[in-house]
Amino acid sequence: MTDTLSPGGQPALSPQNAAIIQLTRKDFVSDQEVRWCPGCGDYSILAQTQKVMPDFGYPKENIVFISGIGCSGRLPYYMNTYGFHSIHGRAPAIATGLKAARPDLMVWVITGDGDALSIGGNHLIHSMRRNVDIRVIMFNNRIYGLTKGQASPTSEIGKVTKSTPLGTVDYPISPLTIALAAEASFIARSVDTHTEHLQQTLTRAGFHRGSVFTEVLQNCNIFNDGAHREFTDRDVREDRMLVLEHGQPMIFGKDRDMGLRLNGYQPEVVKLGDDFRVEDLLVHDEQDPLIAFMLSRLYWPDFPVPVGVIRDVRRPTHDELVTNQIEEAIAARGEGNLQALLSGNDTWTVK
Amino acid sequence: MTTTNEREIPMEELERVTIRFAGDSGDGMQVTGTQFTRTSAVFGNDVSTLPDFPAEIRAPAGSLPGVSGFQISFSSTDIHTPGDEPDVLVAMNPAALKVNLGELPAGAALIVNEDAFTATNLAKAGYASNPLKDGSLHNWNVFSIPISTLNTRALEGLEMTSKQMDLTKNFFALGVMFWLYERSMEPTLQWIGDKFKKRPVFADANKRALRAGYAFGETTEIFHSRYMVPRAPQRPGTYRNLTGNEGAALGFVAASVKANRPLFYGSYPITPASDILHELASYKTFGVKTFQAEDEIAAIGSAIGASYGGAMGMTGTSGPGIALKSEAMGLAVMVELPLVVVDVQRAGPSTGMPTKNEQADLLQVLYGRNSDSPVAVVAPATPGETFWYAFEAWRLALKYMTPVVFLSDAFLATGAEPWPIPSVDDLPDISVPNRTEKAGFRPYDRDPQTLARPWAVPGTPGLEHRIGGLEKADLTGNVSYDPENHHRMQELRQAKIAGIANDIPELEVNGPAEGDLLILGWGSTYGSIRSAVERLQARGHSVAHAHMRYLNPFPRNTGDVVKAYKRVMIPEINLGQLSMLIRARYLVDAQGYNKVRGKPFRISEIEAEAERLIAELRGASR
Ligand code: SF4
Repeated sequence: MTDTLSPGGQPALSPQNAAIIQLTRKDFVSDQEVRWCPGCGDYSILAQTQKVMPDFGYPKENIVFISGIGCSGRLPYYMNTYGFHSIHGRAPAIATGLKAARPDLMVWVITGDGDALSIGGNHLIHSMRRNVDIRVIMFNNRIYGLTKGQASPTSEIGKVTKSTPLGTVDYPISPLTIALAAEASFIARSVDTHTEHLQQTLTRAGFHRGSVFTEVLQNCNIFNDGAHREFTDRDVREDRMLVLEHGQPMIFGKDRDMGLRLNGYQPEVVKLGDDFRVEDLLVHDEQDPLIAFMLSRLYWPDFPVPVGVIRDVRRPTHDELVTNQIEEAIAARGEGNLQALLSGNDTWTVK
Repeated sequence: MTTTNEREIPMEELERVTIRFAGDSGDGMQVTGTQFTRTSAVFGNDVSTLPDFPAEIRAPAGSLPGVSGFQISFSSTDIHTPGDEPDVLVAMNPAALKVNLGELPAGAALIVNEDAFTATNLAKAGYASNPLKDGSLHNWNVFSIPISTLNTRALEGLEMTSKQMDLTKNFFALGVMFWLYERSMEPTLQWIGDKFKKRPVFADANKRALRAGYAFGETTEIFHSRYMVPRAPQRPGTYRNLTGNEGAALGFVAASVKANRPLFYGSYPITPASDILHELASYKTFGVKTFQAEDEIAAIGSAIGASYGGAMGMTGTSGPGIALKSEAMGLAVMVELPLVVVDVQRAGPSTGMPTKNEQADLLQVLYGRNSDSPVAVVAPATPGETFWYAFEAWRLALKYMTPVVFLSDAFLATGAEPWPIPSVDDLPDISVPNRTEKAGFRPYDRDPQTLARPWAVPGTPGLEHRIGGLEKADLTGNVSYDPENHHRMQELRQAKIAGIANDIPELEVNGPAEGDLLILGWGSTYGSIRSAVERLQARGHSVAHAHMRYLNPFPRNTGDVVKAYKRVMIPEINLGQLSMLIRARYLVDAQGYNKVRGKPFRISEIEAEAERLIAELRGASR
């Protein structure tokens, strides 16, 4: 019965096929004119996405981009893959159904802080807890851009916007903490302007099997210019951001002389030298939920802002579990017989 | 006709009997009713049933909200409803008596478990004095039986607590009814054996209870007659008993097999639709994928995603869930993907009365979305028809690339009737191809006949394209704000649904093709209207019945039909929805007949209203 689902007769391909398939960045550029404001951080995210896409070894017809509403929602139009620009907040739900029906597809969800964490919060959370094999990339510009500048769930308290003339009284949400609580199996953060880091992060996200939540700190130069400038600007970023690497001590700073250690239960920034040595620092472990939780709650200016892969664990995905149940049922009882099903087990005959 | 059996108890033959079993929700009334139904169906009667569940899952024992009921009508002729009023009420406690007595006509039989009429239970039911003793039941033919005592005595010696023994008393009552209506105990004895295979003591206890009840009927002297309802002339064939929710689930799976595409059902639990989810979740060997979503919106979202991927994505809910799904239904209209949305209606607004019936979502499913957002709507009329209209919903959804609403209701969903089992080979092939041809592909090109756009699913090389909720340019499907294009697209979406009228049967009329009165209905009112019309016709009235199974588009001859009668009456369990549509569409003075009590219409009230309209007509023409 699944035959009609693979019209091209294309089996799901493994990443090793990248060499065979031979696509380039250009293959992923659609014919649609890009319509973000000049200078918007979304341009870079789109460019890095198109750049890493050939690495995964999927033919482009097996890749689907699904988005919700917001500036981020336009991205699928610019990808020369299958794309679905859906309704506000619902992209993870649509992606869940698509992936359950079509395990052979590589599915990306493009969303923003309002789309994912406000109107679509429920779907985001539940797609992550089910470990749906979709790659959620959330552009976080801490503002509503498309509707022209209202406070978002990640806007800092007191932020003055059109809808909050005296400053918002709502505390911001921590996207990474939410992702952890919802048990996403891959959680990462990167920055629009750090192109190389963003490429690396998207590549890791793409190869992960299971629910991916990647927050990309993005600048909206029209309605929230400099949203992350304090720690992402070129001249300060090395001192104010902590680039995570699995198995490596948490060192940062232009001179690589700052580090993060645990003082009792509390994280603490220390200067390497006489008092503290590299061995005293925390070592990043992508499988350790406690480290992940701690990292998700580090904010500038008290701490450097962690970027990179915070969590990466493997557990069966939603589509694997769904498929397994069906396969096991068929193995145990054989393929369904419709006539027997219609008859049920309690019939009588009138002659 | 009266005959005499060997015990000198006269046997009276009846055409039709309606029994209502009522008791505490812990008294097993649904099992009792179902067993009586099964036995009668296997015997060869036509049967129609209506369970009446309490709203609370575990209301306090003996309380009024805790009363559970099951009505069965069985007959030697073709019947269409579970009966207006019961001929017999079996009341297992005072609360059951209190809740149901109002609907028991004078002279009807009342069988009560007198053991349950204790001071505590009487107080819980709000009786100041014991109705069995204060003479207040003199209008009815009361049979007061100490069911609990007799039953416990029959079970003496079994290794059970007295509480466990008491749980079998419903089978004692069933045994009495089997004796009274000369039914075989065999099917039930067998069922008990299967059900309690792993607990032989319980099997033994329930069987003993059943036999004891039967024997009681035989030996007691309180019954002066037994009753016999002969077999109904059913059409030859193999039958099963079918509820509307079962029928819907089977119809969807059958559609999946006949379309050669896997079924995906995304749903969020809601009364009275959840059973469809439960049924489909057990059809794994048919490749059916079910998804219990985090909310109603995710349920439809996932279904749209599955359809986008080439599966048969569908979702199911009740009225409140439709409200939540509206935006996504609009998306499905815009992206023109096949989708079936089940609405098992219940009484509203808001949470309303979740276990009670209503037909008041018609306008919601037709118009409850932003903008002009047309979807097709089908509505089965009987529990057995749910199968066929579930199948039909998918035929239309696939052929026209459109959302289709399958509009059922609580009465159809839980009601049951004998169903002639169709042969799979007789079901039509409803498969549609995916678009694979690269040359000339445009996402919003249309089939000239159906106006359906091509279904180009991800994974098809060369057909990569983008769809979404923004307005589409005709043919290319690119985002478009062009005013003329929007107008054209609105008209195209409308025309696509309107065109379905050429692909569905005309509205059938039962009765004269023109005359005094047409009674027009839709959905679960079928049985009551049909029976009322049969009676009116038998009395020589010029009355016809037409029942709409397609509510969007209407069958193409609907206008001709409604204009062929002097009066049109539209009974609905809402405050006038189809009547508004018919009046607006065809400019006829159709009269609504509307009752919203959470219950089906009584045949007699439709009859009375019809006679009133006919009398009015006669008066007017005089
Ligand atoms: S409004 Fe802001 S986020 Fe949206 S496109 Fe313009 S700059 Fe980018």
